[in-house]
Amino acid sequence: MTETLMAYDDVLAAYDPALGLEVHVELNTASKMFCGCPAEFGGEPNAGVCPTCLGLPGAMPVVNGKAVESAIRIGLALNCQIAEWCRFARKNYFYPDMPKNFQTSQYDEPIAFDGWMDVDVDGETFRVEIERAHMEEDTGKSLHVGGATGRIHGADHSLVDYNRAGIPLIEIVTRPILGAGERAPEVARAYVAQLRELIVALGVSEARMDQGNLRADVNLSLSPKGSGVLGTRTETKNVNSFRSVERAVRYEMQRHAAILSGGGSILQETRHWHEDTGITTSGRAKSDAEDYRYFPEPDLVPVAPSREWVEELRGTLPENPTARRARLQAEWGFSDLEMRDTVGAGALGLVEETIAAGAAPQAARKWWLGELARRSNEDGVDLVDLPITPTDVARVQALVDEKVVNDKLARQVLEGVLAGEGTPDEVVEKRGLAVVSDDGALGAAVDKAIAANPDVADKIRDGKVAAAGALIGAVMKEMRGQADAGRVRELILEKLTV
Amino acid sequence: MSETVRRTAAELAEALAAGDVTSTDLTEAHLDRIEAVDGAVHAFLHVDRDGALAQAAESDARRSRGEARGVLDGVPIAVKDVLTTRGLPTTCGSRILEGWVPPYDATVVTRLRDAGLPILGKTNMDEFAMGSSTEHSAYGPTRNPWDLDRIPGGSGGGSAAAVAAFEAPLAIGTDTGGSIRQPGAVTGTVGVKPTYGGVSRYGLVALANSLDQAGPVTRTVLDAAMLHDVIGGHDPRDSTSIQQEWPSFTEAARAGAAGDMTGVRVGVITELAGDGWQRGVMARFDESVELLVRAGAEVVEVSCPSFVHALATYYLILPAEASSNLAKFDAMRYGLRVVPEGDPSAEEVMRATRDAGFGDEVKRRIILGTYALSSGYYDAYYGQAQKIRTLISRDFDAAFAQVDVLVSPTAPTTAFRLGEKLDDPMAMYLNDLATIPANLAGVPGISIPNGLAEEDGLPSGFQVLAPALADDRVYRVGAALEALHTAAWGGPLLDKAPELAGAATPEGSR
Repeated sequence: MTETLMAYDDVLAAYDPALGLEVHVELNTASKMFCGCPAEFGGEPNAGVCPTCLGLPGAMPVVNGKAVESAIRIGLALNCQIAEWCRFARKNYFYPDMPKNFQTSQYDEPIAFDGWMDVDVDGETFRVEIERAHMEEDTGKSLHVGGATGRIHGADHSLVDYNRAGIPLIEIVTRPILGAGERAPEVARAYVAQLRELIVALGVSEARMDQGNLRADVNLSLSPKGSGVLGTRTETKNVNSFRSVERAVRYEMQRHAAILSGGGSILQETRHWHEDTGITTSGRAKSDAEDYRYFPEPDLVPVAPSREWVEELRGTLPENPTARRARLQAEWGFSDLEMRDTVGAGALGLVEETIAAGAAPQAARKWWLGELARRSNEDGVDLVDLPITPTDVARVQALVDEKVVNDKLARQVLEGVLAGEGTPDEVVEKRGLAVVSDDGALGAAVDKAIAANPDVADKIRDGKVAAAGALIGAVMKEMRGQADAGRVRELILEKLTV
Repeated sequence: MSETVRRTAAELAEALAAGDVTSTDLTEAHLDRIEAVDGAVHAFLHVDRDGALAQAAESDARRSRGEARGVLDGVPIAVKDVLTTRGLPTTCGSRILEGWVPPYDATVVTRLRDAGLPILGKTNMDEFAMGSSTEHSAYGPTRNPWDLDRIPGGSGGGSAAAVAAFEAPLAIGTDTGGSIRQPGAVTGTVGVKPTYGGVSRYGLVALANSLDQAGPVTRTVLDAAMLHDVIGGHDPRDSTSIQQEWPSFTEAARAGAAGDMTGVRVGVITELAGDGWQRGVMARFDESVELLVRAGAEVVEVSCPSFVHALATYYLILPAEASSNLAKFDAMRYGLRVVPEGDPSAEEVMRATRDAGFGDEVKRRIILGTYALSSGYYDAYYGQAQKIRTLISRDFDAAFAQVDVLVSPTAPTTAFRLGEKLDDPMAMYLNDLATIPANLAGVPGISIPNGLAEEDGLPSGFQVLAPALADDRVYRVGAALEALHTAAWGGPLLDKAPELAGAATPEGSR
């Protein structure tokens, strides 16, 4: 299905976008939200289940106190009020991967509400208001077998794994984000990236988007420029990378604008994001007819966190993100531009961890914003989702510093790590990438280069030291790149000067 | 009939302790009695002869080693089919759960097993506990041992009839709007609905979570108290279970049995009398009140004005919760699965299964509840009902500021005939008029037999209600009144019940 899109600049000339983001964070508690089963997804299907998370008749839920604690800490970190008293509610709808055919969630009494987060976009601060953060349970996971698309339509049969059912989730919902204008896609991306950073700092989730620990739903509507009237919104579900959040917002803005300018109206619906083609397609219509018949969960008692506990948890919060960015910039000696690029790339935490693992700040920045940023763009994945750790990156830099590899070889080491060939040292070993700095082997290659390029050698003898580059190149070629370029230069000069 | 089965649980416990009988003896006696009469009564959906005898043998072995686990170790019991039992079918009286064998025990069942009570089997009930006659069981009705053409009450007609027909000395029931007390009233047995949160609901297949409560079904108040002591108390698996130490209900019943009511303030609820209340039921009620007065009680009339809205409130809250609880029966994981012709989707399988698996009363309440929770109607129905529920609780608070216990007839009529109210849901619902307020407010209540209505010769019940957490009062007052009545009758009321046809086991054969 091809949608008509309006050119982005034309969209901005005619419409104001309103954004809304709903982010689901899967908590890393040991047990599930309402039972003692392990909160680990994966493993043998339907092994981590019990009567409660399977929804067997008679089974009852009990609230996981650790999940409540994580929810409160997230709420506090987002500058929210924490409810003195709140309840869970049942969200009723039928779906095969939902054991009880209702989801135990929170409805009009969220644990945290009325907060905000300051988001940096290209050095400018944008305040995103948080409407609420509430607790809920995850559903099971359906696997549709036999179809071409992996979706339910066309499948021969479906399998359901309930290991995920009941894993605690926190849903964080923003108020409509207005006034972002042309930067709406970047604001959306920066919000999700910085929210993830916060979640990681809190230590409450693995927060890997590629693993589904962090899932973003993007709400978007357009209103005629200056009218201030919110338009009909669409909700694009499960946009699972920072980059896709940005692309999905841009795409929906262009799609909405094309429809509206053609005199059409937007259908309120959920939409699916297609990572490969960068488009959204229609999901189910979300009309007023959809009625979840919420009511307070009668099997649970209200959650009433004492103020003492809330204050105690406030004391466990990590540094506030703005202060943290200022501190790190000072510690690392980054320029404003370098810092902005680092934050914008979602690399702040990665750079920090790489430095902590021993790399110099500029070296850490260079790898993440250079070679690795290029790879993340090429592969269409976020930096954090690249299969390489900050420790690996720090080790690659150490290999450079120890002159085991040069910069060029270091890039091959990174490539090997990304390809799953092992640790940097293992890649060096397996690929035979260590540079040669042994004078015997290098000397022979230097002699050969001098013999092959007598005119260049003469120039150097005449004092034109800059010509040495050509001989170095010849030696490197001879050594297939695995030579210590600094030592080669020294040897050339030793042989041709004095 | 074997004399063994006519004895109370307390008497059986004493005989076991004295070494006069073995658990195997009396378990077998009850299994034989079930075999003899249950064809006529149909109190049981499933009888576990082998399991019960194995548990009895274990109990005997424990006792011979001097390791009996408690007074009721070895006394057999029947369990309403709404509580999950590991390895024993649990159907809730519904086709949709036909053949389902739970992989886990309800906490109440765990406590019975831990206390050494052999489980005879699972008793019949209205489907998912929806009904007041047990006629809504998908497996056929239970019959009242007093008159096999009449209903045994409901939803727990199976448990009450089992006890009334001497098929079990003890049974577990559940009470959402009267399902323990009303069957008790119409079968001449004792039924107790504990304080909400007093007995764990874990493993009780929920009808309406905020109203359901499991409790004892017995022939005497003392037996009920002894059973309550076994099954009650905090359960970490049920968040609504109350965390507190409970007094011994056995002691409360024993104290009450002395029959002295001096200083006890008793309130007669004005609103639970009048038109529609059977003459003989009211006559027995008045006599019981008179007995209490003579025993020293101060009796006053107390008005609870919001009780007139209790039935309407109940029939919004219950279906709302039930409609959501019953959504899980969708053929995906357990129970019945009906696959329509062709290449049906999961949703079509769910629809066909629910259509075939649920009976009319269940469907009626799912529709009612779905409607009451719908957007645009929630405030007018469910929201409003919650407000009235609060008013009913306030009526109780005000009443209990004046009196220690409240009393009323348990049900407005004696047992009606099978089929009589099956086509008139409102008439059926009205039978729970007096029992529903206690569930809405979470307070405890007991029903004890208080005589036979002269117009039909059938039992009537007397209800005693106490403030939340004061369950001991219903045992104290219940035991006192029971003692006064028994003395007046010259024996238990059930002695007047007819001998069941086909139950001609020679006396003293065991």
